[in-house]
Amino acid sequence: MRINFKLTQQQDCQSFKGLAVLKTALLSLCVLFAFSFTTQAAAKIEQWTTTKGARVFYVQTQGLPLVDIQISFDAGSARDGAQKGIAALTSDLLKSSAGSWSTDEIARRFESVGARFDSETNAETGSLEVRSLTEPALLKKTLETLQVVLTKPQFNPADFQREKNQTLATIKQREESPAELADLAFDTAVFGNHPYASPTAGYLKTVSDLKAQDLKQFYQRYYVAANAMIVIVGDLDKQQAQQTAEQLLQGLPVGEKPAALPDVKMPEKASVQKINFPSSQTHVLVGLPGMSRTDPDFFPLYVGNHILGGSGLVSKLFDEVREKRGLAYSAYSYFAPMVKQGAFTIGLQTKNEQTEQALKVLNDTVNDFINNGITEAELSAAKKNITGGFVMRFDTNNKLADYVTRIGFYNLPLDYLDTFPQKVEAVTAEQVKEAFKRRVVPALFQTVTLGGSAAKK
Amino acid sequence: MITRLLLRTLLCVPLLAHGSEVKVHEKVLSNGLKILLKEDHRSPVVVSQVWYKVGSSYEPNGITGISHMLEHMMFKGTDDYPMGEFSRIIAENGGDENAFTGEDYTAYFQTLEKSRLEVSFKLESDRMRNLHLLPDELKKELEVVTEERRMRTDDQPREKMNELFRAMAFTNSPYKNPVIGWPSDIAAYKVEDLQAWYQRWYAPNNATLVVVGDIDPQATFALAESYFGKLQPSEIKPLKPQTDMEQRGVRKMTVKAAAKLPYILMGYKVPSLKTAQNETDAYALEVLAGVLDGGSSARLTKDLIRGQQIASSVDAGYNLSSRLDDLFILEGTPADGKSVLDLEQALKVQVKNLQTNLVSADELQRIKAQVLANKIYERDSNFYQGMLLGIFETVGLNWQKQEEYVSKVNQITAEQIREVARKYLIEDHLNVAYLDPQPTTEDPKASPITGGRHAH
Repeated sequence: MRINFKLTQQQDCQSFKGLAVLKTALLSLCVLFAFSFTTQAAAKIEQWTTTKGARVFYVQTQGLPLVDIQISFDAGSARDGAQKGIAALTSDLLKSSAGSWSTDEIARRFESVGARFDSETNAETGSLEVRSLTEPALLKKTLETLQVVLTKPQFNPADFQREKNQTLATIKQREESPAELADLAFDTAVFGNHPYASPTAGYLKTVSDLKAQDLKQFYQRYYVAANAMIVIVGDLDKQQAQQTAEQLLQGLPVGEKPAALPDVKMPEKASVQKINFPSSQTHVLVGLPGMSRTDPDFFPLYVGNHILGGSGLVSKLFDEVREKRGLAYSAYSYFAPMVKQGAFTIGLQTKNEQTEQALKVLNDTVNDFINNGITEAELSAAKKNITGGFVMRFDTNNKLADYVTRIGFYNLPLDYLDTFPQKVEAVTAEQVKEAFKRRVVPALFQTVTLGGSAAKK
Repeated sequence: MITRLLLRTLLCVPLLAHGSEVKVHEKVLSNGLKILLKEDHRSPVVVSQVWYKVGSSYEPNGITGISHMLEHMMFKGTDDYPMGEFSRIIAENGGDENAFTGEDYTAYFQTLEKSRLEVSFKLESDRMRNLHLLPDELKKELEVVTEERRMRTDDQPREKMNELFRAMAFTNSPYKNPVIGWPSDIAAYKVEDLQAWYQRWYAPNNATLVVVGDIDPQATFALAESYFGKLQPSEIKPLKPQTDMEQRGVRKMTVKAAAKLPYILMGYKVPSLKTAQNETDAYALEVLAGVLDGGSSARLTKDLIRGQQIASSVDAGYNLSSRLDDLFILEGTPADGKSVLDLEQALKVQVKNLQTNLVSADELQRIKAQVLANKIYERDSNFYQGMLLGIFETVGLNWQKQEEYVSKVNQITAEQIREVARKYLIEDHLNVAYLDPQPTTEDPKASPITGGRHAH
């Protein structure tokens, strides 16, 4: 069962991990662009610190006998150093043998009670995530297993070699994908030597060079209580949540937090890269370092981008590129706010022959937006869209857990969710124009086009 | 001992799941529109989905992909809501919207804060009967769909192979055609084709409205009736059966594409829950898929990725809810140093094992635990619950079948799994495709960067 979408919009992909019946169909639902900023709110978040110094964020939800637990560490690929890919491979190994259990046994322990377990890495975090039923006997087995996985990974040579080979295969496959190759080139252009520049999985050379001992050291340095936060969202009472948090970290050294990452430097001038690839479309990416999660310009930039290219089918870019001219299937812009300045990205993909035309429409639209700002009507429509649908951003246990993790990781205030709509309402057209003019500077745009020969020119 | 304890624990779970099972409210309007409602009061939100019984498997040759094209055109306006108004109004109300087309359905949805549900009904009921199909808009949208096809299929070696693979596997079943359509068909659509397709399938008596969320069922029925109730039904002519010819002997193909890794795709012809003479066969195939690929402890990952290390990735897939006979899929990427033939051989050993030996009690227990848990997890998403109801109803299974799922799966025995493996996973009904990676002429190479500080 294959599905094609009309639009490229953000979807609640999390909820589709379910039944094997629908796997093929529903996974393809997720082949979308998760670009708009996802927020949410209005849940009562409680926060405390475990005896070992890990921060816990807890929300009690009722109605379903399940719990989502996310244990996150400041251990994403931004901590790779020269060993690009080490964070991701370390995280992969946390699904392998631990304590006295083999990888097979660990998988069986989770799955025999219907729990879903995964370890994930992105640029900023390494995390262990589990979803379990709260039926005591089932949850007990899930938590016992999770504690061992977290605190006693073996990093044995057989597991290590296998996971490394799989990562190398993934990296090779990346070379088949014009979209991924374009992203790689774009991140390098935008971030230069900053740790955000490199892909989470690393490179063939750097991953080939990794040793099991390197991973063990990375784990010992970063997977420590002082660098951990635990999010518990589900049908557990506070006492159960407290016990759960203490139990999970049992045996984990306290350690210490890593130093702050360096600031992202703005490029000195614009650049254009044209990369040849045997594809029928050319992928176009334009942008520069954007904003941080706690940026003073966060709200004007967020609301402004919503109008420019963040609101799917009613954005200016979508209208100019797709609706008026039929030049692309998707055209968008987004800020990816991080601890430091994440990228501001404008993108589309179009048949090779019309790359120049599409790129011109993109740049004209952005320039017009920066120079002329937005109308009151546009601002009002954007505010209605953001605030009117605000409640939908945290309407599942899964989404709520993800958002609470974000609040915790970026040290946002616990009432962030409650105040978000007011902050959106307070944004003025003048603020949007001023913030874009100051922060989104075309003279510093990094442009990447990757595609077939017509793109060369 | 451990197993026995666990089984006892798990026995409590179905009770718990059953006890909190949410009732589906059903009503059929006099014009034939079926309405399915499900309450979930955890958040003040609703999802509203309109499902049409039409998709790529309804399409004759020459206009493949037209259901998907029409889905795009459904956003192009009516008398009351000209071009752009639909999406503007949904956005203004804080809504998210999208639409999707599959082989057996076309669906449109909005998610909204609960007080805005009326907006969805107003707009969806309007475009069900009053769509404008204009040549100029079609011309632009053809380009958009062609770009979509390039992105999804043409520039993706595995997707491209999958498309050709299905075209080989099916003889006369419409499942041989891609949902997005063949390129020459896409290029040749005329407004008249779309108009005819719209007239033929877009009517209340060929649609199901599904609403899940924080609703009052009676009030929602009344609200839906006030908008959809006035629409005229159409005469919907029954589909021709197009039952695929029986396959007589294995079919194999090679697909060359610019790629870095080899890849193998295998598919056995199997019935779905809709087409199986005996429903148990479909549920047994479902559990069989779980034996092979229901998680990291299932056989394919445990034996082929970890144990023998023949594959770097491997999957099994079965679509219980297909409208027509479909394929039971096995696919994977060989591990470094192994070939697609090694992986094919290993997958066939897995099949042989299922045909020869009974699945262990432990494995069955694991699958049933997962099915029960998933049934609860899926209720975390209104959208997903709506999808399940919509798909089942639209392929003609009736939504009630969705509710039987857990109990039917629970009844499947090891003997029944062996039986369906022997009956359906046979060489004469097998299709195999190999991706033969071609060098990407030259490796992607950047032109010198012009400007910037990162010249290197």
